[in-house]
Amino acid sequence: MKKPPVRKKPRLAVFKFASCDGCQLSLLSCEDELLAVAGAVEIANFLEASRAVVKGPYDVTLVEGSITTPHDAERILEVRAQSKFLVTIGACATAGGIQALRNFGDVKEFTSLVYARPDYISTLATSTPIASHVKVDYELRGCPVSKANLLELLSSLLHGRRPNIREHSVCLECKKRGTVCVMVAHGTPCLGPVTHDGCGAICPAFHRGCYGCFGPQETANTSSLAAAWTRMGSTGEDLTRAFRTYNASAEPFRREGDAHARPG
Amino acid sequence: MAQSGRREPAPAGDICAHRRCTLGYSFRDATLIPHLALPHPGRTAVRMNATSGHHVLPVSRLGDLFSALRSAGWNLAGPRIRDGAIVYDELETAADLPAGWTDEQAPGKYGLKKRGDGALFGYVVGPHSWKKYLFPPTVRMWSATKTADGMEVEVPQPAAPPTAFIGVRACELAAIAVQDKVFLGSGFVDPVYKARRDNIFLVAVNCGQAGGTCFCSSMNTGPKARGGFDIALTEILEDGHRFLLESGSERGERLVALLAAPAASDADRSAADAAVARAVSMMGRTMETSGVKELLQRNYEHPRWDHVAARCLACTNCTMVCPTCFCSTVEDVPNLSLDRSDHVRTWDSCFTSDFSYIHGGSVRPSVKSRYRQWMVHKLSTWHDQFASSGCVGCGRCITWCPTGIDITEEVREIRASDGANT
Ligand code: SF4
Ligand code: SF4
Repeated sequence: MKKPPVRKKPRLAVFKFASCDGCQLSLLSCEDELLAVAGAVEIANFLEASRAVVKGPYDVTLVEGSITTPHDAERILEVRAQSKFLVTIGACATAGGIQALRNFGDVKEFTSLVYARPDYISTLATSTPIASHVKVDYELRGCPVSKANLLELLSSLLHGRRPNIREHSVCLECKKRGTVCVMVAHGTPCLGPVTHDGCGAICPAFHRGCYGCFGPQETANTSSLAAAWTRMGSTGEDLTRAFRTYNASAEPFRREGDAHARPG
Repeated sequence: MAQSGRREPAPAGDICAHRRCTLGYSFRDATLIPHLALPHPGRTAVRMNATSGHHVLPVSRLGDLFSALRSAGWNLAGPRIRDGAIVYDELETAADLPAGWTDEQAPGKYGLKKRGDGALFGYVVGPHSWKKYLFPPTVRMWSATKTADGMEVEVPQPAAPPTAFIGVRACELAAIAVQDKVFLGSGFVDPVYKARRDNIFLVAVNCGQAGGTCFCSSMNTGPKARGGFDIALTEILEDGHRFLLESGSERGERLVALLAAPAASDADRSAADAAVARAVSMMGRTMETSGVKELLQRNYEHPRWDHVAARCLACTNCTMVCPTCFCSTVEDVPNLSLDRSDHVRTWDSCFTSDFSYIHGGSVRPSVKSRYRQWMVHKLSTWHDQFASSGCVGCGRCITWCPTGIDITEEVREIRASDGANT
């Protein structure tokens, strides 16, 4: 990781692109720690929290959302130019988000079906992650990001150290919690073995398979997992649906979703 | 293993006079540790000849054993059903045991099934192991707090609730012995493990059946516990549901004596032997171990490693469920105001890329190199490091691998084409 900002009170900015605001709200929901955050940084731009906007440059910029319009494709260049350290927060900014499902379809067709005046809609054919447009210094995963990860990231930036955010599977967390494996013991298809940890393995603790909110883990062997799902009775359609959610465009997930998609 | 040689026996006549101590045991440190937090008389445990007399206890009296342990200050942990599996958790009474249940296990598959009888230990090992008590998944090792003139380091007293493990299988005793070597035997004693290890009472159960992924017979670790326990039970279901009791330590013997259980008859003993023989005959898997150490070391480039890498998810499940796997990482977790930092130890696995990260990158970037590292360590280099196998044949890594990779099959395949090179 590149050297973090050294100034006493680093200036933090939060920018939003195509997204639901859930990740920014994760920061606001850090109730107990919010004062410490506010004490440690100068919040220069964070519309969810305050209308006051301080002009850049910023030491740390958190970017939420994906690029889906020509206007945003321009705006992200400006944000980058104003930011020393740019962090994407969440599946949209990091992988294109759920809206990247458009990448598998025909946007013109959708808009003509959904909007009365499709000609008013100015949008790109794809939803792409921030890293497809500008250099990104760190990507924080999750739909939404976990507040623990977010605080850890801010703390690591303030200290100038590597964040304690690991890229292994969800399984490791399940096992640490003592959760009984839903795939092995219940025959429930689960994306946990190929999914990046960060949530603390919530769904399996409630007897659900992992939905893959944090995207692919560091070495995601999706084809082996797909084979295991198939042995458990999942169809190609099930697999495509499972891999095409919040991280549909993240590379190993995209490949696996495509591999089982019906032609046409 | 019992604590022989590690501690001085309590001076004779030092009898616990606490009003709640119904056992009249002698113990040390009475003034330092409150009665109920004291695993007395565990600190005086002496390894005994395991043949020092067998007793027999009808199933209806198993609760007496539980009560005797509880009134000696032990918390009870053992098998119970949760979320469709038999896990290890706190037990209140013998009624918490999975009576009448068994498990069915195969590579990547686990399920519970009713059995026709009321067996209390009629299953084998599940997803949990005793490692979660002795080597907890996450522990704060120390904390540093900023002070006016520097910093202050606080090292917490390792928490070690006195716990009686109920239903420890022979392979699990072997696994505890393996971890004892790792955490206590090398000259560097792990304080967290030691505190907990010194504070347990081991009630073993000899297996009366084996599971589909068990291979303790091959690893020479079971299914009968040969030592390292305080009390061993063998469940007998024929001609009266009962337990054969055998003590393996002085404190175990005293507890058995307290139960005033009648001496076992020859019929009891041979019924118990038959139960264990049944387990041997049901062993779901085998592993040919002769020369396995050298076999793996001369087959680093065997094509089988690619075969397994294509299936391996690098999900870490095998290492998490393995009762001997001991890897961890430490993290410093400072607070945002920069005045305090916790040093936290947490389970890690050789299947993550961070695990072998050194300056510049991960030493084992491929999943192939990680699986190979794990298996070669378990079965081969462990012998060099700890003078034993790292595998006790419990079968957990086979059952709980989501894609059903089977360590016994991997050995068999490599052996079948010894010397094949990619
Ligand atoms: S390697 Fe597998 S079979 Fe051997 S002790 Fe570990 S989990 Fe059990
Ligand atoms: S061997 Fe199985 S359990 Fe172990 S990391 Fe590979 S896929 Fe996961």
